[in-house]
Amino acid sequence: MFQPQWEAMSREKLEAVQVERLNAVLSKVHERVPLYRSRFDESGVRPQVATLDDVTSLPFTVKDDLRSQYPYGMFAVPRRDIVRVHASSGTTGQITVVGYTRTDIDNWADLMARTFASAGATPDDVVQVAYGYGLFTGGLGAHYGSERLGALTVPISGGNTKRQVQVLQDFGTTILACTPSYSLLLAETAEEMGVDITSLPLRAGVFGAEPWSENMRTQIEQKLSITAIDIYGLSEVLGPGVASECSEQHGLHVNEDHFLIEIVDPETLRPVEDGTYGEVVFTTLTKEGIPVIRYRTRDISRIIPGECPCGRVFRRMERVSGRTDDMLIIRGVNVFPSQIEQVLTGIEGVAPHYQVILGRKGSMDTVEVHVEVAPDTEFDEIRELEEMQRRVRSEIESALAVSIGVRLVEPRSIERSEGKARRVIDQRGDA
Amino acid sequence: MIEQLSVFLENQPGRLAQACRTLGNADINMRALMVADTEQFGVVRIICDRPNSAKEALEDAGFGVSVTGVYAVETPDRPGGLADVLEALGAASINVEYAYCFLEPGENAAVNVLKIDEGDARVVLEASGFRVLRPAELYEPDTES
Repeated sequence: MFQPQWEAMSREKLEAVQVERLNAVLSKVHERVPLYRSRFDESGVRPQVATLDDVTSLPFTVKDDLRSQYPYGMFAVPRRDIVRVHASSGTTGQITVVGYTRTDIDNWADLMARTFASAGATPDDVVQVAYGYGLFTGGLGAHYGSERLGALTVPISGGNTKRQVQVLQDFGTTILACTPSYSLLLAETAEEMGVDITSLPLRAGVFGAEPWSENMRTQIEQKLSITAIDIYGLSEVLGPGVASECSEQHGLHVNEDHFLIEIVDPETLRPVEDGTYGEVVFTTLTKEGIPVIRYRTRDISRIIPGECPCGRVFRRMERVSGRTDDMLIIRGVNVFPSQIEQVLTGIEGVAPHYQVILGRKGSMDTVEVHVEVAPDTEFDEIRELEEMQRRVRSEIESALAVSIGVRLVEPRSIERSEGKARRVIDQRGDA
Repeated sequence: MIEQLSVFLENQPGRLAQACRTLGNADINMRALMVADTEQFGVVRIICDRPNSAKEALEDAGFGVSVTGVYAVETPDRPGGLADVLEALGAASINVEYAYCFLEPGENAAVNVLKIDEGDARVVLEASGFRVLRPAELYEPDTES
């Protein structure tokens, strides 16, 4: 543990700290952020809590709130106290800006150092940061954490995959930080270059910024011969460093001394019991630049009940199983693309690379899933390929509860992204 | 056994041409080619020189390829030639997955390519008086076998 005084503190003490910090942040946003002031005042909510349960009386914050205050309207400190901004990728349109004070940057470095430490990293490690550096929080977030931990940090950023492989080899990289899909691209590229990636000193990966599955973890761990650790974060709350798996690889410890986590029913917005799936909601407890109160992440997860053998007091959220943003509504059924990947990694002969093409025929949505055949498949027998196609189709249909078409496509024909994978092509508006 | 390439192709204009051009550029000569297709994809079966280098060249160009063992049986180029071969196999309860044939120019002989999954077809064919061709008789092999 990087900060055992926090990570292994008693639950009681933690909750006392949370209440104290929550009250401080509530007063501050009420005083300094017009959006919160008017919202609290309109709903007659006093910006103070007596216990943690009282948080449920506070109004939610959503992405559109941040958009509406673009660029600087959510700052809770004078602009001269902000030392850095990042911005979300803006996949749905307008970008949102988040600002950090010097203290925020400092806390963030600690939290990402915790993340690397929980993946087993020490100052003896060589950390290759292949998240993009820039407005995206991934690169710089990981960079500061790795340096804070004291590891040798290689700020290679994303892209230029052949050079990444070269650096993995020549610099003796032991920890890789990037998106999970990019780690597979690295493995494929290494193979094409004739480099045996499993023989390198690389031993762990710190993977986040896109949804992935347990099956994909198995595949990454086998192909790269490493331990793959899932990390979680979002720029609106901090960036990477909000939660991270430990060596148990069973749930992500939420840094609860800095963030209050709630799971709510996405329909009723009422809190659900620990163990039940719902939308993840965060309140920042220490952020100065842009504190957020009950921010609805649109990520679907649950709290894993019980204590973790690693000794951390922080509760664990399960790997994010879907995103309400990415959620596709197909003929009225809610579908998460990650479910498709889950199915594909369980079927021999196909690669977990897929693309969902949504179209419209008359008034009906059509779904065609393009699935790559694995390069080492026996291609000779048409019957077996058709059988595989049928199996992929029926397993996806039973997982999604929607009827679909499947097209087998050639190995490596689906575009590999160097950042987030483009899994869905929606042509329903084109017709 | 004859080493036959099986190449997975999406049904796309020009894709077969790309596969053939790839082999051409690698200076690999084809002896026979047969396309089996479904609505959405096809499998192209190819007998060519240096099949293992051919596989590598195609994979480098992004194709999915596997090497499949098939039998090549020589028959005289006359009516009923292939029927004789198939009857001999049928009599021994040996099932044929697929077959295609090509002529040896000027030799007055046909080469019948048979994919057989089960049973010792070679013994049956030779006992019935057919000549089962060795790789070197059809193409330039690049493995010892």
